Amino acid sequence: MFKDYNPSDKKTFQVMNEEGKIVNKQHMPEITPERLLKAYKDMLFARTADLMTVSYQRQGRIYTYPPNYGQEAIAGAAGAIMRDQDWMVPAFREMGAMLAKGVTLKELFLYFMGNEEGSNFKNAKNVLPISVPIASQYVHATGIGYSIKYKKENSVVYAFVGDGGTSEGDFHEAVNFAGVWRVPVIFIIQNNQYGISTPVKVQTASESLAIKSIAYGVKGIRVDGNDFLAMYKALRESADICSKGEGPVLIEAVTYRKGAHTTSDDPTKYRTKEEEESWDIKDPLKRLKSYLIKEKLWSEKMEEELLPQYKQEIDRQFVEAENFGEYKAEDVFMHHYAETPDDLKEQLSQYNRFLQWRETRIKNEAKK
Amino acid sequence: MKIMNMVNALNDALDIKLADDKSVVVYGEDVGVEGGVFRVTEGLQQKYGVERVFDSPLAESGIVGSAVGMAVSGLRPVVEMQFCGFIYPAFNQIISHASRMRNRSRGKYETPIVIRMPYGGGINALEHHSESMESIFGHIPGLKVVVPSTPHDAKGMMISAIESNDTILFMEPKRIYRAIKQEVQEGKYTIPLGKANVLSPGSDVTVVAYGAMVREVQRAMVMAKEQGISVELIDLRSIYPIDKETIAKSVKKTGRVITVTEGPRTYGVASEISQIAVEEAFLHLEAPPARVTGFDTIVPLPKGEYHYMQDPYKILYEIERIVKY
Repeated sequence: MFKDYNPSDKKTFQVMNEEGKIVNKQHMPEITPERLLKAYKDMLFARTADLMTVSYQRQGRIYTYPPNYGQEAIAGAAGAIMRDQDWMVPAFREMGAMLAKGVTLKELFLYFMGNEEGSNFKNAKNVLPISVPIASQYVHATGIGYSIKYKKENSVVYAFVGDGGTSEGDFHEAVNFAGVWRVPVIFIIQNNQYGISTPVKVQTASESLAIKSIAYGVKGIRVDGNDFLAMYKALRESADICSKGEGPVLIEAVTYRKGAHTTSDDPTKYRTKEEEESWDIKDPLKRLKSYLIKEKLWSEKMEEELLPQYKQEIDRQFVEAENFGEYKAEDVFMHHYAETPDDLKEQLSQYNRFLQWRETRIKNEAKK
Repeated sequence: MKIMNMVNALNDALDIKLADDKSVVVYGEDVGVEGGVFRVTEGLQQKYGVERVFDSPLAESGIVGSAVGMAVSGLRPVVEMQFCGFIYPAFNQIISHASRMRNRSRGKYETPIVIRMPYGGGINALEHHSESMESIFGHIPGLKVVVPSTPHDAKGMMISAIESNDTILFMEPKRIYRAIKQEVQEGKYTIPLGKANVLSPGSDVTVVAYGAMVREVQRAMVMAKEQGISVELIDLRSIYPIDKETIAKSVKKTGRVITVTEGPRTYGVASEISQIAVEEAFLHLEAPPARVTGFDTIVPLPKGEYHYMQDPYKILYEIERIVKY
């Protein structure tokens, strides 16, 4: 498949078209109906959670949040393929993949409510915390790949970045190192067309992002990132390549950020309604749903029945996160060093003395 | 006179300099079409065109490094680091080139660059959006680091910064970007960089602050006054060069000094000011110089940030302690 879709041929790998019709039988991935249906439901869950998170933010119950809306097939496909022993190195728009790895919604909610406990993924193995400084996480993926190779483990790294991130030096250093070291890393670029307001054409003069793989001597492919089946197939093959010691692989997943960059952003400043609508017909969930309905695996009625259950579960986890408990002074000071230095302990004691003083003072003010 | 907040005032300063000096260019991430995530550069691309005000690719090292190239070849770039936490890829270009070029070339080349950067906490932001790391920049030989605390100062200081032939890190306290409005003089005026400003004279204790902390001190001063404590407030305005003279003069008068900063304590700006007090006013001191600073911890995410941030009570606590010392 990588041979058929060499990035210099300017082709984009697609299996299922916008109507959910299989247009590339030759490359239809091997996937059981059960697995496919589960993947769809997981994507639906992630989308529902994502949209609800935006409304929680609008209600003032959560701080700034970067929506995933429109990009769910990429994280969904990665989520369907990643195994327990595989590593995930996220950016910040891969909710579905994080959930598939065992991160809980409650944890993600905690993070976006502004609590570090939300990056302590209690039951998720091999997932790094969300990475905000753009592309900085990519080099970590290369290092994890080195560990896997060194220890001869059966594991693959799934690393995420956006189109904007491909302009950062760290992106290039990561892919270059990985190419030299031949490590098992799948570099996934979610090309959602914008880095905040900046379109891809302002990020690079390259004709695609996938084509950058050629310069680093690594396998690369451009994939329709809104086509779950194409993403699944591309990731499956990439994982096999990595397992054979022939990695790394670079995947450009072409998609569209239907929402804002974050809840603080206003996309009407830099893009048109017409453009947004032109991507609506390519929506990843609509597309897979049409396919599943045609295959008699799913129906609108089943979806209608499922959604309220999802909403209830999402809200349950949200309320749990909201009731997480007080953020204590001690919490500020912990986890900086293997052993807390004495000076830091003293700073905490000083702060506690201040808190006592303030409490007394405020009480006295109230008496007056 | 026109009522402006700091965003308007900075925009006005950029507008004035773009109009009067063709060598000024403004760029960075999202500064063109969108006008910056905080809208400081709003409308400037429409007015001056995409050759002079533009969006760059997303790469801070590229932004500052290309500014060094532009500066040595006759332009005056004003570049934006979108948030304080994202400047670090550019650190190499700042510390290895922008701040050293004049010295290395023995004056043949200079780098008139303004690096604008919103900084500081208190706005419930995401990770890496709330730090206040002026000390590590103040520590770089060859770099100037300035911080306005009012719209009036922001405008005058920005014009001075663009006209300066040095590289200047212009730190913008984003917490008060829109929180303070005041009358700002229209047209061009400058405020010299490196000069502190005595905002209110007092006799019992000198408090030195800058950026968003000035407002917190002013709130603490109201409570201190109720107890009959007279505070002299100095707005430092420039982290480097540092205005020793103004600090020394004030400490000689009051005999006490407290510095209020948002950043971590150890090796910070407050330590520097304490040292200046000791060196310049040792025999006048009635109490050891004191610090109200962030902890030596990572800035907590919003749920815990209030522990870390300076507030009027933290400042008052220290004022009372030092006055009673």
